[in-house]
Amino acid sequence: MLSLAGVNTHIGQYHILQGVDFEVPRGSLTMLLGRNGAGKTTCLRTIMGMWRASAGRVLCGASEIQDMKTPEIARLGIAYVPENMGIFAGLTVRENMLLAARGGAPDEKRLAWIFGLFPALEKFWQTAAGNLSGGQKQMLAIARAIVEPRKLLLVDEPTKGLAPAIIGNMIEAFRELKRTDTTILVVEQNFHFAQSLGDAVAVMDSGRIVHRGRMDALAADSALQAKLLGLSLEAHP
Amino acid sequence: MKRNGLPLALLAVLVLGALPLVASLPIWITLTVAGLAMGMMIFMMASGLTLVFGLMDVMNFAHGVFISVGAYAAASVLLALKGQAQAPGLAANLLAIGPAVLAAMALAAALGWFFERVIIRPVYGDHLRQILVTMGGLIVVEQLIIVIWGPDLIPLPRPAALTGSFIFGDAAIERYRVLAVAVGLALFGAMWLLLNRTRIGLLVRAGVENAEMVEALGYRIRRLFVGVFVAGSALAGLGGAMWAMYQESVNVQMGMQVLVMIFIVVIIGGLGSVSGCFVGALLVGLMANYTGFLAPKLALGSNILLMVLVLLWRPRGLYPVAK
Ligand SMILES: Nc1ncnc2c1ncn2[C@@H]1O[C@H](COP(=O)(O)OP(=O)(O)OP(=O)(O)O)[C@@H](O)[C@H]1O
Ligand SMILES: [Mg+2]
Repeated sequence: MLSLAGVNTHIGQYHILQGVDFEVPRGSLTMLLGRNGAGKTTCLRTIMGMWRASAGRVLCGASEIQDMKTPEIARLGIAYVPENMGIFAGLTVRENMLLAARGGAPDEKRLAWIFGLFPALEKFWQTAAGNLSGGQKQMLAIARAIVEPRKLLLVDEPTKGLAPAIIGNMIEAFRELKRTDTTILVVEQNFHFAQSLGDAVAVMDSGRIVHRGRMDALAADSALQAKLLGLSLEAHP
Repeated sequence: MKRNGLPLALLAVLVLGALPLVASLPIWITLTVAGLAMGMMIFMMASGLTLVFGLMDVMNFAHGVFISVGAYAAASVLLALKGQAQAPGLAANLLAIGPAVLAAMALAAALGWFFERVIIRPVYGDHLRQILVTMGGLIVVEQLIIVIWGPDLIPLPRPAALTGSFIFGDAAIERYRVLAVAVGLALFGAMWLLLNRTRIGLLVRAGVENAEMVEALGYRIRRLFVGVFVAGSALAGLGGAMWAMYQESVNVQMGMQVLVMIFIVVIIGGLGSVSGCFVGALLVGLMANYTGFLAPKLALGSNILLMVLVLLWRPRGLYPVAK
């Protein structure tokens, strides 16, 4: 569905991505892990055309997208939930959703399904999104990305700043999403979350992919986790 | 909601507070209407600038020259159609005023389109160069105005139907000021509906907050930029035409003279906020008229003082836009 081959990205004079290669198979949920500053966010932004790749190729389905503009990339059916969520604070929850639905008013059935995933959104439908709690904003950001069926979802750290109980809800929501035929790429720091949802995994370090494989294999190999991510076993039941 | 009401309360405080100072009800009425009229015209000229700044993060110093160009275009048409403009009867006058206003808006819009494409597009994201190139563009257009219309002030008699006053008791209210208030209110209402009740408005409001995210949702924001820039320029042209008829003359510097007030309004209102721009423009218009009567020497200083006070109270303006 999505594949990156030899992708390099410069930001100003800095060489951030230094040859990124990985694939996100159709219908799977792939986790992109890595330490802070590894280049995960830069990788997603490069896929979206928000940074321009200086070398390499990004393929989405049959289209080569590394030279396309952000709106055109989005129109291929790619939805992006940025690390800071990108909520429009001055718009209501409803208006945020309306804007995300490019095809016109959101479909009633789909809205009901989304409200099932994130009941808070129905409750705060007419509230300014800036007044939502952090967790509710994250829910809105994800809801916005799925207001219409999309081929590929790119989600940057959906558990950032969430309380453990809410992380449980978020895992449930992604499980439900996986039942649709959406392909998903999630950047994560929370290993529990990653392990609960990931089919495949890619690990980044210093602008390169240093590991690719199945999520369950990485989850079972604590030595490899420690080596790649600096995780200690105790911290992750 | 409460927060949103406070700037309106400030407006009320200013208007009511001026009454005991002015100490004469008829004069106070005249000053208040004059202040509102001036505020409405400033709003016409400033609303486009605030949206351009909010949406594209562009500091356009050439906005003032769009106002001048609108004023000159309107003046040319009104002088050419002198017969209709000076004939008794509103209907005849409208045959001159309508084309004059249209010409002002069209010329300013065309100039805005040209500026966006040629001068501003290469410097998106670079404030310093924006200031330099828009200043440069401004000087060029000012010189072109001198080449076309000459360097001297051109007197512009106001169309017959717009002269004279309504008399209420001892208070005289110029007709033209009432018209300016009506046009300003209509424009604000139309902009409010456009921004809050249409999809384009939704895009503009979202774009003012976070243009990059609007693009990530799949919208080609570049087109929106051009549209808003051209519309904002047309409004500057409209404001220029109204201002010219108000002053009953046009001169080359008129746009730059009001630009100072416009910047104050845009900053007071909160960059990118149309409602803030509206309230800010009324505050500035009223303040200028009250102090012009009470302490003429302080007239310009009073608006700078107003800006300082507002920013001390709300550092990001009356209606800050979430960024
Ligand atoms: N706008 C920018 N300007 C300069 N350097 C940047 C910019 N954005 C990111 N970087 C640098 O690029 C590197 C990768 O950053 P990136 O945000 O992609 O990391 P990340 O893996 O998402 O980290 P985190 O887990 O902390 O979110 C970092 O060294 C960062 O300092
Ligand atoms: Mg990141």
